[in-house]
Amino acid sequence: MNRIHTLFNKKKDRVLSIYFTAGFPRLEDTLSIMEAIESAGADIIEIGVPYSDPIADGPTIQDSNQIALENGMSLKKLFSQLEGFRDKVQLPVVLMGYLNPIIQYGMEDFCAKCESLGIDGLILPDLPMQQYLDEFKGIFEKHGLSNTFLISPQTSESRIREIDQHSDGFIYMVSSHSITGAKSGISEEQIAYFQRVKEMKLKNPRLIGFGISDADSFQTASEYSNGAIIGSAFIKILKESKNLKTDIKKYIQSVIQ
Amino acid sequence: MIRVDEKGFYGKFGGAYIPEMLHPNIEELKDNYEQIIATEEFQDQFRSLLKDYVGRPTPLYFASRLSEKYAAKIYLKREDLCHTGAHKVNNTIGQIILAKKLGKKRIIAETGAGQHGVATATVCALMGMDCTVYMGELDIQRQRPNVERMKILGATVVPATSGSKTLKDATNEAMRQWINNPVDTHYIIGSVVGPHPYPEMVARFQSVISEEIKSQLLEKEGRENPDLVIACVGGGSNAAGAFYHYYNTPEVRLIAAEAAGLGVSSGKSAATTALGTMGILHGSKTLLMQTDDGQVVEPHSISAGLDYPGIGPVHAHLFDSGRGEFVAVEDEDAMKAGIELSRLEGIIPAIESAHAFHALNMISFKKDDVIVINLSGRGDKDLDTYIKWGGY
Repeated sequence: MNRIHTLFNKKKDRVLSIYFTAGFPRLEDTLSIMEAIESAGADIIEIGVPYSDPIADGPTIQDSNQIALENGMSLKKLFSQLEGFRDKVQLPVVLMGYLNPIIQYGMEDFCAKCESLGIDGLILPDLPMQQYLDEFKGIFEKHGLSNTFLISPQTSESRIREIDQHSDGFIYMVSSHSITGAKSGISEEQIAYFQRVKEMKLKNPRLIGFGISDADSFQTASEYSNGAIIGSAFIKILKESKNLKTDIKKYIQSVIQ
Repeated sequence: MIRVDEKGFYGKFGGAYIPEMLHPNIEELKDNYEQIIATEEFQDQFRSLLKDYVGRPTPLYFASRLSEKYAAKIYLKREDLCHTGAHKVNNTIGQIILAKKLGKKRIIAETGAGQHGVATATVCALMGMDCTVYMGELDIQRQRPNVERMKILGATVVPATSGSKTLKDATNEAMRQWINNPVDTHYIIGSVVGPHPYPEMVARFQSVISEEIKSQLLEKEGRENPDLVIACVGGGSNAAGAFYHYYNTPEVRLIAAEAAGLGVSSGKSAATTALGTMGILHGSKTLLMQTDDGQVVEPHSISAGLDYPGIGPVHAHLFDSGRGEFVAVEDEDAMKAGIELSRLEGIIPAIESAHAFHALNMISFKKDDVIVINLSGRGDKDLDTYIKWGGY
């Protein structure tokens, strides 16, 4: 049992996960952003490992990835920043990253490092389920890491069932046909999809992401799932912020009210 | 044996490393394409368009003055004479018929030099389909005539403004837009890259090149197999087409000419097999130019069509298995080879194709060996670059 399981055991709704890109806006902001997210009252911290070619991300997160890389962020650098972070941060922490930098680091070494630092789970959007099952599942489990898969409005019921069976932690429901930050507001079509998945009574909790940006969209997402993930909207706050701690607190509290 | 397995791998390379959002699209293609292209209806339409619209078979031309200079029997496969000026149209014809059969309404594509963009815009006009082409901002500047052609053909050209603003970024952008429009849109990938089944599907459509070489060579030389086939490789679609029917004929040497840019060690290069390591780009596991941290390195080549940091997984396998011989041709040498062909044979090649011609200076072969060079495209789009380089 890791911190993600513990969280969902005691909190079934309005779970808020906040994504930020490591190394953005400045190289050394990682830990202070994590502490600010925790003290503002969010439930999960999702740290993005920057990549040169983030194909599932829209302009806002692409931009933050590029700036983070220019600032000198890398997986090794991030791991060194995270040494000892568990003395300061108690929330579940998930790393989100594209496969290539992780494969270069070595999947086994990567997972061992995550475990030793106190990271709870992984979201690897370009790791398909079959490859995960064939190559990596054993490694994830050995190191106690939850793996989160994505589903989208196009995902068939049978595949959602299969994903549910192989997920451990939570399922990431992509809210629409979109890359991150592409669409705002929630349509009736999306509601129908949320409802359809809700009625499937999956064993894993579900968080809705992509297009969630404020109290209203967070509330709507929470009505149909266990909560939501905010990424692009949070990156925009970081980008414009003059005082990270204050602005993070103000923003997250405006979402959870 | 060079062939794709049921999981989409050529040896260690290939696969489908894609976000879940694209899973249904890729499955739909994978489950349907082989069956659709095997139908008589598809084959009739495909063959008839290749013949009457593209102008196939393209000639296999004996280049006598070039042959004399290099003391070999050199034949040029004249893909430059295809409608739209390059081999790219073989694939777009195949994919547009497939897209129609799958009930798609809209086409998106990426392009580097603009040849694939033009070939896509062309078949979209032909079939009355909406077309959007993503093209790196830098490539839009250096391949202006092709941008104008796409617009005249009714396509929308969208600049990719991230990263190096070239082919890699155009491909990223096309994939993102496919994620945004997964239901009614087909993505026509222009090279043997991307998630399975794209690399094999594109190679199959391009394999008409080596199919024709075999019968044409039989007619001219009394043999189906040349001693060598030479082609340039960026992603590698023209090479895959020229090699396809020779993959498993070991007596035919397969020579792939990559773009070394300013030199393999210069930091300004696109010589993927020389500089690359195993990685994942655009949905497949392949050789990739990258940093130790796994960030993709910005490539450089004077030719926009070879300016790509990866290589199709089948070519990674040809390299890794030793079946293919890879040479890295510098910008300067490619330009000289392009001028040489212009002056010896009266054919101005695309700068991409010119790389293949310089390979004649880099490899050894026997006197009177039969060599087929795939002349993948014509140089009309590159006149500015030729003029600037040579001061003509």
